[in-house]
Amino acid sequence: MAKSLPEIPNASMADIAFLLLTFFLVTTTMPNDKGLSMQLPPPPEAQPPEDIKIQERNMFKIQVNSSDALLVEGEPMEDVSGLKDMIKKFILNNGADPTSSDSPEKAIVSFKTDRGTTHKRFVEILDIMQAAYYDIYADQAGVTNDEFRKIASDLNDPENKRLYDKGREGIPMAISIAEPTKVGN
Amino acid sequence: MSKFRKKTKVKQDIPTSSMPDVVFMLLFFFMVTTELRKTAVDVMQRIPQATQLRKLQRKSLVTNLYIGEPKKSEQFGAEPKIQADDTFIEPGDIILWVNRKKDELPENEREQLTIAMKVDSEAKRGIIADVETELRKANARKILYSTLQKAEK
Repeated sequence: MAKSLPEIPNASMADIAFLLLTFFLVTTTMPNDKGLSMQLPPPPEAQPPEDIKIQERNMFKIQVNSSDALLVEGEPMEDVSGLKDMIKKFILNNGADPTSSDSPEKAIVSFKTDRGTTHKRFVEILDIMQAAYYDIYADQAGVTNDEFRKIASDLNDPENKRLYDKGREGIPMAISIAEPTKVGN
Repeated sequence: MSKFRKKTKVKQDIPTSSMPDVVFMLLFFFMVTTELRKTAVDVMQRIPQATQLRKLQRKSLVTNLYIGEPKKSEQFGAEPKIQADDTFIEPGDIILWVNRKKDELPENEREQLTIAMKVDSEAKRGIIADVETELRKANARKILYSTLQKAEK
């Protein structure tokens, strides 16, 4: 009986496995589902036509023209490294400086681009704007920026939901992206 | 010369019996972590970098929209185009396309449809703003600008 024990030759198993491995290596892509999350405003016709007056002091204006040059509150800006702190200061002003925002609820960060602005520049500035808000939220919730964004991705967990609400309390993410102007393109 | 031949009797074989196991482990890793390429992207995809990335949890709710210069510029021109699934579409077709995507989802999840905008770095804001206007009309207002992680300074 022992003599007729069937055996499968397994010397070529490694080769077969390598073949499969190569197939998967070639045909697959790593999923990239990460990016800057945004909520678009409701369609133009659904919005009430009433003129909402926003005080000048509650608007933080960022503009980028068709050659990607930056204008912050009317002043040209070359180096963007200080922009995040400017936005944070503006949001958390709470009426201290009469030229800056009344309260975080009323503060609006407005971003206007041109039709000729490149997407790269747009993402760069949007990233800074979101970084300012996430920094503030993370501070309020008592976690780091990275942790806060991880929490925000999974709100089904009640503990995450609690921290998320604590972070966002009283500070809506008021990033307004205006219709682009038509100089370029 | 004999000095050099002294060591030749030492066995130098690398044990290969565990090689299939190692290879299988690699194979399973790739099988699990990757997804099959569904669409061939015909537009340039030099994805910009950012730091404040958010990860999407539910993959089934995500639909990709590609914007960029066509790779075959001699055939389709150098102006950035919008690619949805396998075809180039015009901004006017987006509402129809979004509604078709929504129909594929169960009814209670249709409002959570997220559009992942995979936009080339050099694409202009103009075309993206047109797409956004159409998405607002189509009531698909959750979007995500796909970016790569920028290395911290």
